[in-house]
Amino acid sequence: MSTIKIPPVLRPSVGGEKELQAEGASVGEILRDLAGKHPATQAQLFSGDGELNRYVNVYLNDEDVRVLDGLKTPVSPSDTLVILPAMAGGA
Amino acid sequence: MTPSGAELIRQIKSEVREVDPAAVHADLHANGSGSGAVVIDVRESEEWDTGHVPGAQHVSRSFLESRIDGVIPDRDTPVVLYCASGNRSALAAHTLQTQLGYTNVSSMIGGITLWKDRGYEVGQPQTLSKEQRERYGRHLLLPEIGSEGQTKLLNAKVLLLGAGGLGSPTALYLAAAGVGTLGLVDDDVVDLSNLQRQVIHSTSRVGIPKVDSAEQAINDLNPDVKVVKYQTRLNADNIMDIVEGWEVIVDGVDNFPTRYLLNDATVRLGIPVVSASILGFDGQLSIFQPHDGPCYRCLYPVPPPAELAPSCGANGVLGVLPGTMGLLQATEVVKLVAGIGEPLIGRLLLYEALSATFTELKVRKDPDCPICSRAEEITDEEMGVFPDYEAFCAAAG
Repeated sequence: MSTIKIPPVLRPSVGGEKELQAEGASVGEILRDLAGKHPATQAQLFSGDGELNRYVNVYLNDEDVRVLDGLKTPVSPSDTLVILPAMAGGA
Repeated sequence: MTPSGAELIRQIKSEVREVDPAAVHADLHANGSGSGAVVIDVRESEEWDTGHVPGAQHVSRSFLESRIDGVIPDRDTPVVLYCASGNRSALAAHTLQTQLGYTNVSSMIGGITLWKDRGYEVGQPQTLSKEQRERYGRHLLLPEIGSEGQTKLLNAKVLLLGAGGLGSPTALYLAAAGVGTLGLVDDDVVDLSNLQRQVIHSTSRVGIPKVDSAEQAINDLNPDVKVVKYQTRLNADNIMDIVEGWEVIVDGVDNFPTRYLLNDATVRLGIPVVSASILGFDGQLSIFQPHDGPCYRCLYPVPPPAELAPSCGANGVLGVLPGTMGLLQATEVVKLVAGIGEPLIGRLLLYEALSATFTELKVRKDPDCPICSRAEEITDEEMGVFPDYEAFCAAAG
């Protein structure tokens, strides 16, 4: 089980949790496991063709998976995935 | 028999390496092929203020042992010391090599006097007034800042976008730190609901423009600071006029379209942006330094859909959170201006207040970034390309 950190905008879709555990050997498998358990996240994370939405950044530990192997990037149980959407609040 | 003072100096001078001002001058003007020596002026503050070797740093001999580590942490860095005539610098060099383990120390023969006699240039530091020495005394005690860094702060021009949650603490602390010119861009007026977090404003100033309210607070805090006010909202028509000429921009704006527009304008102008955002109990912080690091579009190539972008209407935010994030911004601004430390370029810092955790992520420059990875200039038409803002927020419901 790997740990996923959930950003504020996605927390309503996962019952308010800030961190979840999910199964999988790759970034894609883990995120699909998350979407399976919390269907409201499916459309937020994935586009219609099953790719990650461009506006969702996913980090394996501290590295953007886009510079690794994207959804195919291997993940070990001790790794943490960070889902990061842009925020613009300032006031 | 104990030696006389003059004998001791002669003895010590025979034990340190002395260099001629011509060699130091040539080394400083070697355009990258020099030894990389750090030149240190060991005279007292009043002597330094009358003029010094350009590029030299000031560590007076009386504070040598306590401050040299902050200026030259690596014992193998080549160091050239000078004073007025070459005696105090020889004594200081002896201390560095015999007691502090510096391996490559020399003392400049004849000091600044011979340097001047040779006709070499002398930098005239901008001197701090007696009141400024007192006001910024705690900065002057830090070797990383000192009078040189304080002078940089006093000469700095920093533009704050927004005099709200993030802008309030940032403006107050930058004013206190002596940033000489602070620009404020905000079209709003102070509202009672702002005062839970926007600490630069006050109950007595509810209803007046935020730029005026902030100016009052800044002037009360530090009359050294000149405030330049823009009571307007940044848009594609005014952004180039407003942001051009500023040294650092502090982004605390509350919406995505302006953040993309700001990014495109600052990449075009080559101005670093210290960017923060807040929501609820969470904050993000990074510096976008054009061409040296990634830009905002490298991190967020496209904005999220409106339903995932709660920036349009009123959202809850913990009152102290913009204080935390705004002061991290202010810290990064001071570092950029003074040229110290490791600025948060290419790194994104996430802060979660409820769990009291910081997470640091790497931000890579996107080789395909349409804005910062291109040779030709960004045109007016290309700047701030973004879905229509009204439509964007209307879709958010």
